[in-house]
Amino acid sequence: MSNANTITPRDTAAPRNFGTMLKELDWRRYVIYIGFVVVFIFFAILLRDQGFLSPQNLLNIFRQTATITVIAVGMTYVISCAEIDLSVGSVAGLSSVCTAMALSQWGLVPGILAGLAVGLVVGSINGALVSLLGIPSFLVTLGMLGIAAGVAQWITASAPQPILNDTFNMLFGSGDFGPVPGLVVWSAIFVAIGAVVLNRTKFGRQVLATGGNRNAAEFTGINTKRIKFQVLLISGTVASVAGMLYAGRLQSGRFQWGSGDELSAIAAVILGGTSLFGGFGSIIGTLFGALLIGLINNGLILAGLDSSQQQVVRGAIIILAVALARKK
Amino acid sequence: MNTADNVVEMRSISKGFNGVSVLKDVSFDVRKGEVHALAGGNGAGKSTLMKILQGVYQADAGEILIGGKPVAINSIQDAKSAGIGMVFQEFSLVPSLTVAQNIFLAAEPLGAGGLIDDRASERRAKEVFAEMEVDVDPHAEVSRLGTAYWQLTEIAKALSQNAQVLIMDEPTASLARHESEALFELIDRLKQRGISIIYISHRMDEVYRLADRITILRDGRRLLTEPLTGVTPEQIVEGIVGKKIEGQLAYRERDHVAHEGAPLLEVRGLNAGPRVRDISFAIRPGEILGLAGLMGSGRTELARALFGIDRRDSGEILIRGEKINLSSPQQAIDAGVALIPEDRRAQGLVLDHSVQDNLLLPLLGQIQRGPLLDSAKGKELSSSLIKKFAVKVAHPHRPVRLLSGGNQQKVVIAKWLGTDPDILILDEPTAGVDIGTKSEILDMIRDLANSGKAVIVISSEYPELLAVSDRVLVLKDGSVIRDIPRSEIADEEYLQLAVQGV
Repeated sequence: MSNANTITPRDTAAPRNFGTMLKELDWRRYVIYIGFVVVFIFFAILLRDQGFLSPQNLLNIFRQTATITVIAVGMTYVISCAEIDLSVGSVAGLSSVCTAMALSQWGLVPGILAGLAVGLVVGSINGALVSLLGIPSFLVTLGMLGIAAGVAQWITASAPQPILNDTFNMLFGSGDFGPVPGLVVWSAIFVAIGAVVLNRTKFGRQVLATGGNRNAAEFTGINTKRIKFQVLLISGTVASVAGMLYAGRLQSGRFQWGSGDELSAIAAVILGGTSLFGGFGSIIGTLFGALLIGLINNGLILAGLDSSQQQVVRGAIIILAVALARKK
Repeated sequence: MNTADNVVEMRSISKGFNGVSVLKDVSFDVRKGEVHALAGGNGAGKSTLMKILQGVYQADAGEILIGGKPVAINSIQDAKSAGIGMVFQEFSLVPSLTVAQNIFLAAEPLGAGGLIDDRASERRAKEVFAEMEVDVDPHAEVSRLGTAYWQLTEIAKALSQNAQVLIMDEPTASLARHESEALFELIDRLKQRGISIIYISHRMDEVYRLADRITILRDGRRLLTEPLTGVTPEQIVEGIVGKKIEGQLAYRERDHVAHEGAPLLEVRGLNAGPRVRDISFAIRPGEILGLAGLMGSGRTELARALFGIDRRDSGEILIRGEKINLSSPQQAIDAGVALIPEDRRAQGLVLDHSVQDNLLLPLLGQIQRGPLLDSAKGKELSSSLIKKFAVKVAHPHRPVRLLSGGNQQKVVIAKWLGTDPDILILDEPTAGVDIGTKSEILDMIRDLANSGKAVIVISSEYPELLAVSDRVLVLKDGSVIRDIPRSEIADEEYLQLAVQGV
């Protein structure tokens, strides 16, 4: 091979040494991990006397962020496909209500199936409207947010639906698997499956390609309409599981469960480095995004801030983190 | 000729759209391991023919044979499995994925448990690049690579799918010179491996450097297919140009041109990026200067630099004899420069807004009363512009989207003329405009010059360039290679040959 026929390497250096590797490292993509460590150390020092580092408290953080983590895993698929799902919070609420009602009527398995059905139905409607009619997902799911929340409140007449089935409560959130809280196991399962499917399967790759350049994906033979349908279906279904986790943890179904979670989940996904414009998604990043939000909430409570102050600080940290992760 | 040598044979292809015939009985064949150039003017049918081969369109009549056997190509997938690969000009890769992930997109090698094995794709991508004898890092994210690498990735993608024929459409348009040279050497190597290439290009030097045979299309018919050793550049140019300049587009001498006096705009040794290199020229009030050159010759980039969009690296720009620093479009507008951009739908108009709102956008300062906009004044101003430029519109409140291409272009021109600029730059002002509106727009340009403005016209359509310009600058690789007064240009062929640098 002669030298003349190699194009001058501008971005791809063949011999790499540590220095150039460090320079090429896109640290912005890892800002979430840096931020997580910095905030963790900050609280560990500041709140060392308030028991921040106690195993009990650390497990609490995991437990409190579990439902957001689960929802955010589904949301990562939607956002990296360059769509959005605003209905997840109210889908969780509706699912908790339907599970509770079916459970008291017909028993455990029908209860779980009813909850899942909520997600499948709402997700399919969202997906069909977006991919077949071409309505922007922002509008479809904004409408669905209201519809699902309204239905949940309507069929229960605003009343909480108690769940007396201990097996359900143990499985979904209240119980422990050995020494590990059930909620932690649930979020670990979702993160693990979500990460493998997004990074290592054809489906995941097609989601990223559709979000990154829909035309190119079409020309490569990917059915991008089907992909868009599928991500919204996944997001709805995953949100309905999150709703059952609320129901199990709080031993009741209620229309308010999950309300506002769509915003926390979107924040977690974006903090985790997934591009709001599609094409790049990281489930592990999303996990840390959710944990960072949980960490901040927990630390601020221990520090004695009230909930209004927490909101202000949390908002500021999210904007700061996204600003740091921004490309030049 | 032995038909078995033909990897691709298209026989008597015809195709029409909405009753308008675009291809008439065109036959085209490609032999194994040859580079076959495809040439023809705008609308000659080159891209339609290639889209039929790629499965984007289906022919109305005729048949396609691959390796001697008739095949039906009804989709892009059919074309791919028949061994036809396309190197797109741009935007066909997913920027957020790596080179290897793009090459094997939707055909990923699977490892244990049916999961994607990215290391295997990187290994295989490396092998493909090694066979191509180019150095590309398969692990690099595409968005961080330059255009030349995008192209190499596309070629690798096609080769990994066992493409036997590659279609390249103006592949050097966005490449630097040394990158083009590397691409030519790659094409030579692919040829030796028996891969055939259909090469669409307007550049005569490239066609002679690479191609074994050339086919020229004109008005949807095949004019000739010849080995390149048998045709001269003059024959090719004549074949592409064909018909003589139509009456409406004929040049008319104007007596307002000031040959003396101070230039309105003067450029001295301007450098801006890789495609504007050491450019100097001057233009006087009342003069129309045409910019000619091939795609990628730096015409648009020069316009961008003059309008303050691209940063000037060195050199001077003088307006009315004063040195001026143009580092933003706002400064250019303040100095009396207006740019009417090439892509009016993307850069010139807010398509869903009304004609009136579009017209008034650069003029909001003129219709302000206190902090509010004076709608009566705005209505008056916009209707006077609509009248002056003869925009055919049912109502000023109708969205611009509903107008014809020609009328949209009039709105763009009218919009900028509302600011009363002294120096006007028009980039491809008649692209996609019907012939009637075209001559109206050309008249408009002449009137503007007659009223003492300096006008720079960029156009790939030589007849229209010749119809209005008083002087033509020929650009090549970012530099001015000729500066020809209109009176010295005998005909379109002369200009074609000047642009080709023959």
